[in-house]
Amino acid sequence: MKNSKYEKIADRHKAEENRGKNAIIAFIVGGLIGMLGEGIIEIICHYSHISRTEASTYMIMILIFIASLSTALGFFDKLVTKFKCGILIPITGFAHSMTSAALDYRKEGPIYGLGSNIFKLAGSVILYGVVSAWFFGMIRFLIGGGS
Amino acid sequence: MLLFNSFIFCGFICMISQIILDNSKLTPGHITSILVVLGAFLDSFSIYDQIIKVVGGGAMVPITSFGHSLIHGALAKANQYGIVGILMGMFDLTATGITAAIIFSFVFAVIFRPKN
Repeated sequence: MKNSKYEKIADRHKAEENRGKNAIIAFIVGGLIGMLGEGIIEIICHYSHISRTEASTYMIMILIFIASLSTALGFFDKLVTKFKCGILIPITGFAHSMTSAALDYRKEGPIYGLGSNIFKLAGSVILYGVVSAWFFGMIRFLIGGGS
Repeated sequence: MLLFNSFIFCGFICMISQIILDNSKLTPGHITSILVVLGAFLDSFSIYDQIIKVVGGGAMVPITSFGHSLIHGALAKANQYGIVGILMGMFDLTATGITAAIIFSFVFAVIFRPKN
């Protein structure tokens, strides 16, 4: 059987995914996580005298802690299959990718397993973030002279 | 009001990426990388700062804020030290996120075993 023919048949028998429903679930779950972030900032600001900028640092730390812990306990992956992008696009997805890589490669040793694979998934985010920030920063600095 | 704006903004970004994920061959890794670049791009003209003013914490949660914080710290240092400041200040604001993620994932990887 030719490859293109096979692909056509495979496409026809692929499980029908409900794209509209997926998008709405991602919207609601992502929105709730965003609201949680803002809520944590407001709670911290209300009960202490630190500034909003500092409070947002604590908020990011708390979200990363929750995401790492739930990945290590094993129920984050179930949430990912249910909520998809709603939970992968916020900072929780970044923490999840690092913790799951660390857990998966730990048995291959501390150096060539854990050490060299911990950034396996999160590395692309850091790489392209730094390269693009450097590029746009140079443009902004040369044209506008800094912020 | 900020809570509502956070819900709309963060949900909107997640919805867009879910639509892209469902209708193309890109993986979540591609999409997060694209969003980081988009965040850096938006902040190079201070648009993301305006979004944070309107939306509040909801704009700090999606991965786009990672690109925003990278370029924001770089430009702040560049004001002080000239062009070399872009390299000096790159990780100023994101240091918390990256360090926290590294430490938590290392500690949890040492304590817990993968559940498969």
